[in-house]
Amino acid sequence: MNPSDLVIDVQGITKRFGNRTVVNNIPMQVRRGEIYGFLGPNGSGKTTFLRMLCGLLKPDGGSGRCLGFDIRSESGEIKKNIGYMTQRFSFYEDLTIEENLDFIARIYGVPGRKAAVEKSLEQLGMTARRSQLAGTLSGGWKQRLALSACLIHEPQLLLLDEPTAGVDPKARRDFWEEIHQLAAGGLTVLITTHYMDEAERCHRLAYIAYGNLLARGSVEEVVKAAGLTTWEAAGPDLPALAEKIRGKPGVEQVVAFGTTLHISGRDAAQLRASVGPWMTGAYRWQQIESGLEDVFISLMETAKDNFS
Amino acid sequence: MKLHEFNWRRFWTIVGKEFIQMRRDRVTFAMMIGIPLLQLILFGYAINSDPKHLPTAVYSADNSVFSRTIVWGLRNSSYFDIVREPKSEAEIQRLLAQGTVQFVVHIPVDFSRKLLRGERPDLLLEADATDPSAVGYAIAAINLLTTTVLNRDLTGPLTNLRGSPTPFNLVVHQHYNPENITQNNIVPGLMGVMLTMTMIIITALAITRERERGTMENLLSTPARPGEVMIGKIVPYITVGYIQVFLILLASKFLFNVPIVGSVSLLLVLTFPFIVANLAVGITFSTIAKNQLQAVQMAFFFFLPSLLLSGYMFPFRGMPGWAQDIGEILPLTHFLRVVRGILLKGNGFAEIAPDLWPIALFLVMMLAIGIKRYRQTLD
Repeated sequence: MNPSDLVIDVQGITKRFGNRTVVNNIPMQVRRGEIYGFLGPNGSGKTTFLRMLCGLLKPDGGSGRCLGFDIRSESGEIKKNIGYMTQRFSFYEDLTIEENLDFIARIYGVPGRKAAVEKSLEQLGMTARRSQLAGTLSGGWKQRLALSACLIHEPQLLLLDEPTAGVDPKARRDFWEEIHQLAAGGLTVLITTHYMDEAERCHRLAYIAYGNLLARGSVEEVVKAAGLTTWEAAGPDLPALAEKIRGKPGVEQVVAFGTTLHISGRDAAQLRASVGPWMTGAYRWQQIESGLEDVFISLMETAKDNFS
Repeated sequence: MKLHEFNWRRFWTIVGKEFIQMRRDRVTFAMMIGIPLLQLILFGYAINSDPKHLPTAVYSADNSVFSRTIVWGLRNSSYFDIVREPKSEAEIQRLLAQGTVQFVVHIPVDFSRKLLRGERPDLLLEADATDPSAVGYAIAAINLLTTTVLNRDLTGPLTNLRGSPTPFNLVVHQHYNPENITQNNIVPGLMGVMLTMTMIIITALAITRERERGTMENLLSTPARPGEVMIGKIVPYITVGYIQVFLILLASKFLFNVPIVGSVSLLLVLTFPFIVANLAVGITFSTIAKNQLQAVQMAFFFFLPSLLLSGYMFPFRGMPGWAQDIGEILPLTHFLRVVRGILLKGNGFAEIAPDLWPIALFLVMMLAIGIKRYRQTLD
């Protein structure tokens, strides 16, 4: 891999608040034009990591480059070339749509500001509603406005912190469509999410829990590396079956999916032995591919044992 | 309909929840206890509308037993503390202008000779009457004194000089506010009070709001530098502060007929450090407050002593020493002296200077704390 193709190339990033290590020794390499998913449970350190990338926080350890600039000493240059969309809507609710866009364009010193704002309004389809206060927009529209504002200075890297939380499925799909188009145009996107379907739409993923990197790679690679075996059971009175199986050696997860149960574990032989007694009679069993969610929950459970 | 009945279980559940939330918001809880305590202490111990021990200068050109008795009598009245013995008229005027003394007692050259002849010599009392309530009781006391103070010296053949008419004639010159108009003192002072209130509350609110709503994080992720954000947020409020100053000046002149003796432009220049000092307090509060309510409460916690201990509402010299010491720290105390000094006394820079450095010192300290804390909140 040509190092100049790496938009984010950092190693050993660490952040402590007091004596609590929130981000522990995390590396990250993201290529130009890539949509990189950043996953992990709540409070796992994702937002802190993003804040360190865009220079809002100083890392306590680690080094590296973002857009070719040193993350420690050149955060000013980095800030000019990234768009950071915070978890909460963080534009001014008491400013109109147009005023918000114009404000951000001025802050970044966008050349041809008026035209840029106009273009942005047009793409949003908000030209007619330009004088509406941002605070009166619905969740989905706020999210679109925030994205447009983050893009107005044509950044090379987009950092999105749970951008689709609380947004309806249609708006989410449109949003992802746009992200893919932007990435195809050469924009690099680092996105945090809790949704598995969104994780699967990323080119590559990293999964962190308790500040530690647990897995990274493409969806297939992550699933494969986890080495999880999953059985699907269907039949009568599944809650009772789940009760009996849970806690047996080798059984790590028993999850109800509609009219079926998914039972998974990393030790395939032990798992098979544990569910064996119920593989007769009323229940229908089949081995299925482990899902990303199963993998992540398994990773998290293991991490809990190791780190807490 | 059971549902429409007042249900005690539901009621107590809500009461309980309120108490839990009250306890969680430490700052609000502390303020709920702290502000009444503060009021209790300030109103209970610090406020005194009958100020005594007012600093007085005696200019005696007559070294006689009578003049010494009068000085002794002034001291004994407990209203006058003789702190200076000026040597010249210029010094007297400077002492009054700077507010070093509240009163000057002039005993003229041939006081005792005239007194003995029964010519009822004049005894001149000059008073700094900017604050009428500060001098009223003291003037009443000296009036009373006039009739009796010399009785112990007027014995034997002099006994007939006792009584009425009094052995000497007390002439009171009330400087700066001769008609004792309260507005003349209060309205210019209001400038300082309004600036304190608005600058602290509004700055603390403006910055806390930006953080509370999450827009600060967004702003700081842009190339905007923290200094640019802070100063940029403050400058509009400095403008607002000056609008307030203009409003009060206009009202002073046209509504209340307050005499404007000194230089308005000097006042406008000297208002700047005072505004910035208050903004610095606002910034500091905004770094501590978690939400806008807390910011307002903290501003109030600062505003209350400023209002009561600065000499705005109650005579500064009526307060006990500890309260005066606190008052001396507060920028409002000094700004009031600056405003009243310029507007009512016609003071220039030289007379104002002693009240400038405490404001400057406060400004530097607060700005240092404010900036330091502001930086910490970024990380």
